[in-house]
Amino acid sequence: MLTSKTFLKKTKRGNILKIVREHYLRDDIGCGSRICKKCAIINENAILDDKLSSSISKAYVNPHYLIVDTNVVLHQIDVLEEDVLINVIILQTVLEEVKHRSTSIYKRLNDIINNPNRKFYVFVNEHHKDTYIEREPGETANNRNDRAIRVAAKWYDEHLFENQRNISLKKVIRIVLLTGDTDNKEKATQDGIFAASVEDYIYCLKDSKGIEDKLSKQEISYNEDSKEIFPCHLTPVQIHEGIKTGKLLHGSFQASKENFLEGQVNVEGYEKSILIQGYIELNRAVHGDIVALELLPEEQWSAPSEIVLQDDEVDNEEQIVESEIIKPKTVKEKTPTGKIVGIIRRKWRQYCGILQDNILQNSTRHIFVPAEKTIPKIRIETRQAATLIQQRIIVAIDSWSRYSRYPSGHFVRALGKIGDKETENEVLLLEHDVPHSRFSDKVLSYLPKLPWIISDEKVLNNINMFMNCLKQIAKRTDLRHINVCSVDPPGCTDIDDALHCNLLSNGNYEVGVHIADVSHFIKSGTALDEEAALRATTVYLLDKRIDMVPELLSSNLCSLKANEDRFAFSCIWEVTSHAEIVQINFCKSIIRSRAALTYEEAQLIIDDKKQTTVLAESLRNLNNLAKILKKKRIENGALVLASPEIRFYLDSETHDPIEVQAKQIRETNSMVEEFMLLANISVAEKIYEEFPEYAILRRHPCPPPSNFEPLIKAANYLGFEMDTSSNKNLARSLDAAQKKDNPYFNTILRILATRCMLQAVYFNSGMVTKDDFYHYGLAASIYTHFTSPIRRYADILVHRLLAACINADPTYPELLNKKKMNDICHNLNYRNRMAQYAGRASVALHTHMFFREKVQDEEGYILFVRKNALQILIPKYGLEGTLYLAPVKGGEQYVNFIYNEENHTQSYKEIVFHTFDPVIVQLSLDSSNIQHEKLIFKLVKPYIHNFSVPSVKQDTEKSQSNLNLSASEKRKEGDAFSFKSSSKKKKKMSKQ
Amino acid sequence: MDLVSSQGLRIDGRRPNELRKIRCKLGVFSQPEGSAYLEQGNTKVLAAVYGPHQTKGSRSKAIHDAAIVNCQYSMATFSTNERKRRPRGDLKSTEMTLHLKQAMQASIKTDLYPYSQIDIYLEVLQADGGNYCACVNAATLALIDAGIPLKEYVIACSASLGNGDVPLIDVSHLEETMGGSNLTVAVLPLSGQIAVLEMSQKFHIDHLPVVLNEALNGCRRIYEILDEYVKTHLNEIGTIAGWAKSDF
Ligand SMILES: [Zn+2]
Repeated sequence: MLTSKTFLKKTKRGNILKIVREHYLRDDIGCGSRICKKCAIINENAILDDKLSSSISKAYVNPHYLIVDTNVVLHQIDVLEEDVLINVIILQTVLEEVKHRSTSIYKRLNDIINNPNRKFYVFVNEHHKDTYIEREPGETANNRNDRAIRVAAKWYDEHLFENQRNISLKKVIRIVLLTGDTDNKEKATQDGIFAASVEDYIYCLKDSKGIEDKLSKQEISYNEDSKEIFPCHLTPVQIHEGIKTGKLLHGSFQASKENFLEGQVNVEGYEKSILIQGYIELNRAVHGDIVALELLPEEQWSAPSEIVLQDDEVDNEEQIVESEIIKPKTVKEKTPTGKIVGIIRRKWRQYCGILQDNILQNSTRHIFVPAEKTIPKIRIETRQAATLIQQRIIVAIDSWSRYSRYPSGHFVRALGKIGDKETENEVLLLEHDVPHSRFSDKVLSYLPKLPWIISDEKVLNNINMFMNCLKQIAKRTDLRHINVCSVDPPGCTDIDDALHCNLLSNGNYEVGVHIADVSHFIKSGTALDEEAALRATTVYLLDKRIDMVPELLSSNLCSLKANEDRFAFSCIWEVTSHAEIVQINFCKSIIRSRAALTYEEAQLIIDDKKQTTVLAESLRNLNNLAKILKKKRIENGALVLASPEIRFYLDSETHDPIEVQAKQIRETNSMVEEFMLLANISVAEKIYEEFPEYAILRRHPCPPPSNFEPLIKAANYLGFEMDTSSNKNLARSLDAAQKKDNPYFNTILRILATRCMLQAVYFNSGMVTKDDFYHYGLAASIYTHFTSPIRRYADILVHRLLAACINADPTYPELLNKKKMNDICHNLNYRNRMAQYAGRASVALHTHMFFREKVQDEEGYILFVRKNALQILIPKYGLEGTLYLAPVKGGEQYVNFIYNEENHTQSYKEIVFHTFDPVIVQLSLDSSNIQHEKLIFKLVKPYIHNFSVPSVKQDTEKSQSNLNLSASEKRKEGDAFSFKSSSKKKKKMSKQ
Repeated sequence: MDLVSSQGLRIDGRRPNELRKIRCKLGVFSQPEGSAYLEQGNTKVLAAVYGPHQTKGSRSKAIHDAAIVNCQYSMATFSTNERKRRPRGDLKSTEMTLHLKQAMQASIKTDLYPYSQIDIYLEVLQADGGNYCACVNAATLALIDAGIPLKEYVIACSASLGNGDVPLIDVSHLEETMGGSNLTVAVLPLSGQIAVLEMSQKFHIDHLPVVLNEALNGCRRIYEILDEYVKTHLNEIGTIAGWAKSDF
């Protein structure tokens, strides 16, 4: 059964090695066709149809199976994903090349293969005795693979024919090889195989269903005389040589959000990222690409232009207006500047956006405008423009020619009408890669059956003690006699934490934090678990919550509702009245919450001295202890950072925002927070002690000094020194920076400080040295997430680890697999970041909706002074926007501002704008372009003739009195939705 | 990278429960009492057995009721990709030697040869994973060639885990380096007694029985192949000598 063959392989690792590996050729690999009698025994999953009534193509009479080559898969995956194409044979040669070239396309291809309806069969041609070929002397690897594909196609043709000897020739199932390579096509035809390019094949389909729009355009011919815009990219070999000799650098390209002609590349070993300025210098790099770049000589170095520039070019011209490339002429502080000379790896994905209005009616060529500002516009060809112009659509980039100003791509699918709430949310979720399809039946099958009742036998009792010991449930302690309560934002349905506090006879306190026992319901390895691990976190949009676990768990069985028996994971401390921990105990428990309070209700109970119930006393004790804990924490150097937290009031029916308001923070917010922190730290210590190699922890790295530069500069304008040497010193200097005439100054500083921070990340304790465990924001030497398992997957893992520590649950192999856990951590970090961005985008979306047909004057502060604009923060909405000082293109300029680079000021006559200055701006929504609404900032105060706009009469008093003050802490769904603004992190840092 | 493709084949084209191709030859040298050459895929090993003979060196080493089994493991300079000088008695060889000794002692009826010594020399000519297993198997063959009484064959086989939960047997070098933990077991296949069990890293308790079981299956399969060969070999040489296959 085994034939052995050895083959030689050379690999380069400094010196050339000769590697000899065995390569077994087999005779037990089936062809995968149901028609085949020869392979009947070994065809494990014959999925290729035996009864193909007729050909789906006009070009071929015979019914046929398709074989595709590697480039077809890589470039036309969108076409392959269409249901029209079935009965496709994927050769192993192709599969491996795809895997090697693009992980994401490999994954998509696998999804197709795993869908039985699509009938994609993987044929392991490289290990089949008749289809394996050896590379001939002088043959390139590519040519060898092309030949292998042809050999396999030929084999299939003959193999299938042997099974169809009695059938008329026109009905014989044949093979059609799809290849983009003309040479390959020719050779295949010579061999007697049907071969075609994908384009030709698709255009000949009898029922194409608009699939041709999805064809990727690799080669668009340009006129001979069309001017080349960009210089050539270097070849991979040149890049490789350049990097080796140190002439070239490489890193990932980050396009600027503010200026489409600017970007930067983070290069390893360089403290500052390298600036790229100008169209030619950017040389077709798209945000995220791994690029090779050349550092310019130092005299050509430049600085970020501090100009806000959008690609507003409507006309279809190929030329770039030279004036658009504005480089600062006098540069004070130069940063390393470079130009991109080659692309190492494209990181293109699919983009959401809209079609740009086309002047030419009935044209099939269109320009697509991505929602993401960092992505250039894309050329596409479509015949459905008339309907698509009203819609949000998805487009993929295919190529970017030297002759084209924009990359070319193809239409993938439409999402829905522009401006539709559903469509806009869909865009938001897609753009942030949030998995949001409904839970599959397989996932739901792992949910407990209702009614779910905790029967008495599940609970530890004296009579049945022995029997219970045999069951896992015996490890659960009954805490239902304890007065536990939960404190959450109003309308919260996924309650994952509850608290209690008792005075002990020795004068100490017993404090308990009870967390929903989600890991009891989500067992490792189940589809439910895998789905939760993939989603990683619940995503909160303003009007929508995308759950990590199905609702039955999140809002019912796991939620610690009042007066319901619930399973919990309890963390119980004995603390002294000075909040010093005497001992800790962890146990799985059953609790019965006495009350599900809001922050406001809890605050009222604490403040109302007449209330002397057990619950009230317990809350008061908790509150006092929390104050001590917080004081200690801040003394240790924990940061208090600001972010304007706002809250939208939504219309209960339309879900349109009707009122926006800054949030209020109460003592009770901080009370809950302190105990969650305490629980997280205690658990982190415990699991690290038990599993030093495998604990899932969270760290917040200390920001590099260069991150603080904007903060230090900004504070310096107003004469304040920022000591950023440690978190403690930073906290101290932030406290000291107060300005009497500008009460908001300190908050702005804290907002700026927030932006200097790095992201906190999950990690595996076995992969990081102990010194790097530090949580900068919390000033904690070790930290993890334990307290929100309903909405965070990390907490579920931590629960499992802790359960293993106390012998409540056994471990399982993946939990103690460093590599696997590391991969999971990476996913958690990625999803968290995306969830955060999605949340911000949702706020922006609602802000736009709020300002629809509204014009309002608002008080704002200048965050940054730029060369042609002021960056303004509106604390009331937590909103940040740009006030352009230079006129929009085409507008006339009456007022000339003078920009002072030295002091970062803009002045006109006697009026000078500094950073932190208060201004009054008028906000309105520019809906002139329905497809792309923009929030417009106009200056009201200080008044500048011919520049400022008159104030709108606004009934502020009235709206003030209507404010329904209520605070909320977590982002949770309810009648009112609370949200953090784009410049957030305060809560984030402490809660997370 | 996955060690087992979604089509159920390993990188070299084997299925998870398939051994590499085994080839062997007994009596490759005339000087030693017994010798054997064994290939398991690209792992190629020579074994030579001297003795039983009087203990060499100090008399005090000799045991009054059993023979001393002395093993020596070494790797040829040309056995791996990079040609390195491999001094005898480095840490790895010493460990190998000890493990070999343990396996061979379990099989040889040492009590038949008091005050004597049996030397087994093993040389890895080409290394491609599973060196220890090939050495044990080659040594068994050489002992048979030498005519030294054995309780039964001692056979070794390695196993690992691919894709997290698929047990693989007879692990190649590539799989050893790319995969996770490896388990090596030397066993007396008829009685099922385990002589040596070694793991390169930790296995989770849930996986251990599965992997061990597959390794034992592998040993049984290797035993059948070697036993078959030994029988035909004896037939051949026996026919020449005129005592086998003779009609009674
Ligand atoms: Zn067949």
